[in-house]
Amino acid sequence: MSDSATMERPPQDAEERQPVTKKEITADNPTWCPGCGDFSVLSIYYKLIQKRNIPHENVTTVAGIGCSSRFPYFVQAHGVHYIHGRALSFASGLSLSRPDLHVFTFGGDGDAFSIGGNHFVHTARKNVKMTYVVMDNFVYGLTKKQTSPTSPIGFKSKTDNWGAFDQPINPMKLAISAGATFVARTSHTNPKHLLEMMEAAMDHDGFSFIECLSECTEFFAGAFDNSNPRKGGEFKLMPEDHDPTDEASAYALAGEDFPGRFGIFYQIQRSTKNALEASVIEAAQDKFQGKPDSEVLQATFNRMK
Amino acid sequence: MSETTVSEANNGSHSQASNISEVTIRLAGNSQDGIQSIGGFLARLAGRSEREVMTMMTIPSTISGGASIFQVRLGSGEVLSPGDKADVLFAFYQHSYDNHVNNLAKDGMLVYDSDHVEPHEEWLTKYRHIGIPISSLTVEAIGGTARDKGKNLYALGLIGRMFSLDTAKLERLINERFGGKGESIVKTAMDAFQSGYRYHSDDISNLFRLAQGGAERSNQVVMSGNEAIGYGLIAAGVRFGAGYPITPWSDIMELLRRELPKYGGSFIQCEDEIASVSMAIGASYGGHVGVTGSSGPGISLKTEAIGWAVMAEIPLVVIDVQRGGPSTGLPTDVEQSDLNIALYGGHGDSPRVVLAASDVEDCFYTAIEAVNIARKYSVPVFLLSDQAIATRIEAFNEPDLKTICKDVELDLSPVASHKPYDLSSGDGLSQHRAPGTRIEDGRYPVVTGLEHDESGHPSGDAVNHIAMTKKRRNKLKTLADELPVPEVCGPDSGDVLLVGWGSTKGPLLEAVEQLTNEGYTLSSMHIKHINPLPTSLEDILPRFKSVYIVEMNDGGVYGYGQLAGVLRARYADSRIKGINKTAARRWKVSEIIERVKARLEEETAAA
Ligand SMILES: Cc1ncc(C[n+]2csc(CCOP(=O)(O)OP(=O)(O)O)c2C)c(N)n1
Ligand code: SF4
Ligand SMILES: [Mg+2]
Repeated sequence: MSDSATMERPPQDAEERQPVTKKEITADNPTWCPGCGDFSVLSIYYKLIQKRNIPHENVTTVAGIGCSSRFPYFVQAHGVHYIHGRALSFASGLSLSRPDLHVFTFGGDGDAFSIGGNHFVHTARKNVKMTYVVMDNFVYGLTKKQTSPTSPIGFKSKTDNWGAFDQPINPMKLAISAGATFVARTSHTNPKHLLEMMEAAMDHDGFSFIECLSECTEFFAGAFDNSNPRKGGEFKLMPEDHDPTDEASAYALAGEDFPGRFGIFYQIQRSTKNALEASVIEAAQDKFQGKPDSEVLQATFNRMK
Repeated sequence: MSETTVSEANNGSHSQASNISEVTIRLAGNSQDGIQSIGGFLARLAGRSEREVMTMMTIPSTISGGASIFQVRLGSGEVLSPGDKADVLFAFYQHSYDNHVNNLAKDGMLVYDSDHVEPHEEWLTKYRHIGIPISSLTVEAIGGTARDKGKNLYALGLIGRMFSLDTAKLERLINERFGGKGESIVKTAMDAFQSGYRYHSDDISNLFRLAQGGAERSNQVVMSGNEAIGYGLIAAGVRFGAGYPITPWSDIMELLRRELPKYGGSFIQCEDEIASVSMAIGASYGGHVGVTGSSGPGISLKTEAIGWAVMAEIPLVVIDVQRGGPSTGLPTDVEQSDLNIALYGGHGDSPRVVLAASDVEDCFYTAIEAVNIARKYSVPVFLLSDQAIATRIEAFNEPDLKTICKDVELDLSPVASHKPYDLSSGDGLSQHRAPGTRIEDGRYPVVTGLEHDESGHPSGDAVNHIAMTKKRRNKLKTLADELPVPEVCGPDSGDVLLVGWGSTKGPLLEAVEQLTNEGYTLSSMHIKHINPLPTSLEDILPRFKSVYIVEMNDGGVYGYGQLAGVLRARYADSRIKGINKTAARRWKVSEIIERVKARLEEETAAA
């Protein structure tokens, strides 16, 4: 599996093949509520696939469970609708065993930071190559308005009628401290910025994480208005002089009051788990100089006599 | 110990050696003494000496310190179980002596370290005692710094002398084992071994000689059940797996982590069992059958994801090395109490395949079978092993790897169209297409845990749910028709059939053999394919008046264990009864015999 074709290498008939059209990549009609922020993320994903000319059969979309995680059904491509909270682990198995693919994983804030919190931390620290977009709506959408791990203090949900009082997770801080190598924040209200972040994430060799504010019009309408200039808010980019390799300054910026900053908070190069595992394989295989597997196993059995 | 001829000179020695066909030796000491490694040497030697060998090992539940034993049964005939009672006990400490003297056979012999052990009056008359200052003689042989180290090799030397073992072969094994660690280590090991071997006493010199085994056992490999599973998976072409450490499963994951890179694969240590099973499923989705495994509580954690693989029809192999439960239970003891979770673990109707391996050799071949079934049927396959087979070492005929080893080319050839959940075939089978596969009609599959139509679109339609449930169940029916007829040992009809699964096989066969010798008429059968059950099984059970299911789990509220429950439900036959044991130890042959006799008496009394 280490010798599979890389994604950069186009398929043999690439010359004759036209880039996939929006129509070709569009599947079922999204079942999201009208105005749901997730629509923008989907259409930017279509744009990305077209712009980057990803061969149709290599587009691989993985998701957990939640409104946002219905994503793969709406993309006409290989897709996976896995279980709640574990999409990253599934995607890691796929990424590590299929280095020729660039795996995209989508999910919600509950999926990512609550039930999947442990997997988020470990996928980040291991730097498994993939892009992970969390469509953060600060609420549980699919299960109809319970408190989520990112719900702000005071948010009145069905499980906190009096207003949420548990300290919310700060996804940027969590990702940075877990060891993620690409940490960015954007919003569905700014498609141009969203595409920019998606492209940068895709180009990053490692675990690239994007928190995309994505409004749940049904259960938390207006949650992000003060980050939306059209609603009188401010979409505040990272300071011009921000050095994304500076962890301390990234962490400090992540601590700014809501709506905070948008852009790439943190980005460094560190060997991916994919590359490290590949080098172990290479070293191990070197010794056998292309011998068939049966002979390699025979050599081991000879020592067990 | 079965004795054949007495008085025979050998090896140029003038002492008399009895020719024996098998012997059970138990070594009792502390875990840091390297007791297990003597067992390993003997097992390998036996494998190379054309002797059938089976060993039993218990691992201490504490990591450092703590009592540890290793029992090895060497035989030139067919060795079916690790032996109930020891013919020779090596006791390194007082506690070893005190705790294990009860396990000696009637005419057994006790060899003890007289530096540490004070024999008891009552036993002195009962068993032949040989006291040897093993600790101080080892120090004398290899220097005072050695302390506890080296005693095991000294004892190995003693055993070599007692049983007229092939010292040249043993020395070669020691060289191979320590060769990589530097010359001085090899020399120390060899000194300890040779001093033990040269220990001069008429008491122990060439007491016994093991007869050679038959020629058909010429090419043998020696390994533990856990190793056999690991290498079986590799032979079957598994190139990706993921796991989280837990005893006694960890050996398999350590082996795969170490070995898979040689074959271009990898095994990932995850943050927990949920991540592990999910990574393995992710790899299966990517086109390489993924493997995960665990023991005890780790299996519980995997159940949601296994249900997904059933629903999404993605291949998966789950190794369950059973230990005593529930909860953390008895981490280093054996039990067969995970059959129910393997069969039913998870919510909803989720048919999956369950296989059980019965000995070390069977671990190798069942692992291969598990992978092949997972691939062909796109279904999760449980392979049940247990702590008893996991850690014991056996010799078995070397597999023909050239014909067995599978090529693992990823098939991404384009297809004209593809339905991931195609209902057209009727046998329930459909094929998974991995990402990277071009689907020419442009309709790509989503694999999902939501109920879905043939293309993978979510569907809550009742008719569709009925059809898809049937599809997932029909796959197993198709498989059931292909499974071999389980072999009945003994008469193929009659009064009593004893049925076992997993590691009960050896003791069960031996029990039936002994009972038959005593004049009983009974048969035994071993079930390897537990879900689905082979179609042919329904003809076998009715041919016997009583059917007893012998298993290491609780008889439960209604008096029968987990496999018995399955068979009773399947065949609606109340003659199926349980013989159960929950002592967290493997079945002894004598226990099975007693329990069967008692049951037969009860039946006669009731009749
Ligand atoms: C093991 C498990 N527990 C609970 C659920 C129910 N559940 C489905 S989605 C969800 C939360 C969804 O919230 P989020 O991840 O934020 O996604 P959103 O719907 O907001 O996009 C829950 C609790 C489940 N599917 N599986
Ligand atoms: S409930 Fe909220 S998150 Fe879900 S689709 Fe509707 S608007 Fe979007
Ligand atoms: Mg949410």
